Amino acid sequence: MEHFFSLLVRSIFVDNMIFAFFLGMCSFLAVSKNVKTALGLGVAVIFVQLITLPVNYLLQTKVLDPLGLGFLSFILFIAVIAGIVQLVEMIVEKFSPSLYASLGIFLPLIAVNCAIMGGSLFMQQRIVMDATNSQAITCFGDSIAFALGSGIGWALAIVCLAAIREKLEYADVPKPLKGIGITFITVGLMAMAFMCFSGLSI
Amino acid sequence: MANKNNEALKQPIWVNNPVVVQILGICSALAVTAQLKPAIVMGLSVTVIVAMSNVIISLLRNTIPNRIRIIVQLVVVAALVTIVSEILKAFAYDVSVQLSVYIGLIITNCILMGRLEAFAMQNGPAASFMDGIGNGLGYAAILVVVAFVRELLGSGKLLGFQVIPQWCYDHGYMNNGLMIMPPMALILVGCIIWFHRSKNKDLQEK
Repeated sequence: MEHFFSLLVRSIFVDNMIFAFFLGMCSFLAVSKNVKTALGLGVAVIFVQLITLPVNYLLQTKVLDPLGLGFLSFILFIAVIAGIVQLVEMIVEKFSPSLYASLGIFLPLIAVNCAIMGGSLFMQQRIVMDATNSQAITCFGDSIAFALGSGIGWALAIVCLAAIREKLEYADVPKPLKGIGITFITVGLMAMAFMCFSGLSI
Repeated sequence: MANKNNEALKQPIWVNNPVVVQILGICSALAVTAQLKPAIVMGLSVTVIVAMSNVIISLLRNTIPNRIRIIVQLVVVAALVTIVSEILKAFAYDVSVQLSVYIGLIITNCILMGRLEAFAMQNGPAASFMDGIGNGLGYAAILVVVAFVRELLGSGKLLGFQVIPQWCYDHGYMNNGLMIMPPMALILVGCIIWFHRSKNKDLQEK
């Protein structure tokens, strides 16, 4: 249980998907213009991550490893992700049309969000780690902790950036730097702030 | 026709660069640039994969049903990435360890999906091939510039060879440790965008 929480907190703050590994940057930069849509996308990413990562964990440990088919993992993971995103899209459309309308095109875009695929690939690396390592994923519960943590970390980052960018609208930025340029530098400064968490030992 | 192919090759390298103008494929561009060598390998891998997948999808473009095109594209790309990843593991193992998950992440690299959707689905194989090479090289160019600055200032080396001489260190020069940390990659790309937009004024936002 202790390992579950330490993995969860680590993957939110220390191993943050955006600030430590730059995963999911494309949609992170494109969809962070206002807080409301950013929050919607963040929740959708947590949701999809929470389903795909444990499924891929089971695939890797129960199917690919025993059969020695590790080299198929890329194709299999991306197929699982694309399939589940499609499924989630249909379920949301059926049961909650209002949520579906507010998420709009972001749902299908999640299929090509690097944070989702990256989460599965990191999970693949962490399975083989030593069990004493604080990043190791040793059981099914751990994969849920990692999925939840990395999803929340991503959502947290995009909401923070959206809030900063809303305020940045009123700032007097040099012309060539306006828009995407200053956003990069903002994210860089945010990443520096997040580096403080790397000293955290849990 | 030849002219169009030329344009498809040249445009993305400077004027319509995938990284700094289209803002695609940022994830890996930032993550692998702490040193020059993995950056070059990554740039070449992406160039090969974009060109190949562009050609394959362009040949298939009339037979793919519209509803499942994303999955078809992903499977083609995933197969190519698996091949490249296995080749790297066989012939350049240390680099493939350094690149870790980022080779696998070429699958979700937005440049690929972006080019497949925007170009290969509408154009013939020859033009698509040129477009793929151009975008790959444009991506590689940014990677090399960022990695050059980061490795030079961060560890005083280029491609693993010591460039900054020992006497500089003796007189108090120090490597900038922050350069190898993730935040500086973001700030450097921000600066490249700044430079690029001050040269191409029509790209500036109002």
